[in-house]
Amino acid sequence: MSSIPLQSRLPKTYRIKEIRVETDMVKTFTFDGSLGAKPGQFVMVWLPGIDEVPMSVAYDDGAETKITFFAVGEMTKVLTHSNVGDLVGLRGPFGTYYEWDAGDHIVLVAGGYGAAPMYFVASEAVKNGCTLEAIVGARGKEHLLYLEELEGLQHCSLHVSTDDGSMGHKGYNTEVLDHLLAAAAAPIDKVFACGPEMMLKSVLTVCDKHKVPCSLSLERYMKCGFGVCGNCCVDPLGIRLCTDGPVMSGDLVRNIDEFGKYHRDAEGRKHEF
Amino acid sequence: MNLSQEVLGITFENPTVLASGIWGITAAGWKEVARNGAGGITTKSLWAKAHAGHRNPTIIETEHWMLNAVGLPDAGPEKAKEEISVYMEDHPVPLIANIVAGQIDDFAKAAEAIKPLKPDAFEVNISCPNVEDEFGKPFACSAPDAAKVTKAVRAVLGDDIPMFIKLSPNVENIGVIAKACQAEGAAGFTVINTVGPGMAIDLRSRMPILANKVGGLSGPAIKPIAVKCIADVYKATGGKCPIIGTGGVASGEDAIELMLAGATLIGIGTAVSKRGADVFHKVCDEMQYWCTNEGVDHIADLVGGMHRELASRKL
Repeated sequence: MSSIPLQSRLPKTYRIKEIRVETDMVKTFTFDGSLGAKPGQFVMVWLPGIDEVPMSVAYDDGAETKITFFAVGEMTKVLTHSNVGDLVGLRGPFGTYYEWDAGDHIVLVAGGYGAAPMYFVASEAVKNGCTLEAIVGARGKEHLLYLEELEGLQHCSLHVSTDDGSMGHKGYNTEVLDHLLAAAAAPIDKVFACGPEMMLKSVLTVCDKHKVPCSLSLERYMKCGFGVCGNCCVDPLGIRLCTDGPVMSGDLVRNIDEFGKYHRDAEGRKHEF
Repeated sequence: MNLSQEVLGITFENPTVLASGIWGITAAGWKEVARNGAGGITTKSLWAKAHAGHRNPTIIETEHWMLNAVGLPDAGPEKAKEEISVYMEDHPVPLIANIVAGQIDDFAKAAEAIKPLKPDAFEVNISCPNVEDEFGKPFACSAPDAAKVTKAVRAVLGDDIPMFIKLSPNVENIGVIAKACQAEGAAGFTVINTVGPGMAIDLRSRMPILANKVGGLSGPAIKPIAVKCIADVYKATGGKCPIIGTGGVASGEDAIELMLAGATLIGIGTAVSKRGADVFHKVCDEMQYWCTNEGVDHIADLVGGMHRELASRKL
């Protein structure tokens, strides 16, 4: 018996129901059907004849599944040219997810494409009476994602930062986080973050400073997605990010020496961030 | 009840061994598997020089089987040196270095590159079914080829480090292949590599799911084939060559069945996904439980038990 019974380990192809252009480089695809994914979990997205890559689930409401992706890699550059009705394979959902208690006051830190899973968290957490502060950061205004959706949620306050100052705070979203944690009128129970690893490293430092627990979503190259290939093992713990992650507590991440330093490619070779 | 096994001068605290290709890329991963109860570790296949694997999808699974065509990716000896050195600092359980090559001479080169790192044993992968497009039929499918590889690696290793030859089930007579390798100095065998290859097709796109189109079959469905092949190799080699029995083992009773066929050690791979990282602890606990109930004091007594039973009944 599988430890996660709902998980599908064989891809099934779905037709793209809707395509939304988010920015120049980013699109959201909607598929008919749910994989039962929870916020923070990932799916393996397969383009037949091309490749299969892991992606965070942007949304799964029990009826539809969404993915939001940057067309930066070899596979996503092809995927971005897909049309409504085209077939894309999905298998999963895999990995850990963000967990909260009813009524929690949570800060969400989203960098780049990380805004999609953070919106998924927000939309579910508000149903449990949580209050949210969502900090969305990007290089510039044109790269910000999911602002309208987050703004449309009740009990969710939106904070924006851009490196170039074209919108919101000029600088990093972690600076906004530092300020929020220092000035919060009501205690902050948890910080959730998703984005580039160097941003996550900074989130961990800020959370340590303010003694607030955090959950971070890490990324590593993956093949199987369910704990067999070992490609996503992290040093020195040897645990697999696809089963013990991608969402991990700050306490666990602190023990991963390679965090913020290097990651491995398909052959297991180290590459520095 | 004692689960330890002495194999070719190496002590394994229990007979479970991480099968090659699973979770076996880094020293940290090997140590984590050891913490989860494995009695030994087999590395992912190591090449004499870097080798790229296949694109994804590479591994898919249902409740009955797993199909994989990872394509033996490896960053080459420099990375192997780094990882094996880190592992050997603690050396929690014996390490078996699995080597692979596309040409007979390159097996010797891989062995030469890894030998100075002093792994406890070598496993020679002559039976991967996932790289046929690149290298043709595996060496394990021909007795003369299998013997040539054995001889070449044996020339490098000498009597210093024992080697297991990993055999393919996809042959007419696995016993003949094993005998040919035994004659050239194979100390033991790993039986079996994956079955097939097999194929799975996505109905809507009408495309094979694996990027390599075909892949090796593993998981519960192949256990009867493993049992049969182990029994054949045990018989053909007169029970003189220890066998790492591998194929579809997910429980203690599965492991005992393979031992009765002739296995001394038990490779576990696919079951890591279904029963979790601590499958090694679980299998050992189940073997303990079974042996205690059945009054078996040492698991070594089980090895080849079926053959002795048949002989005692003159069957």
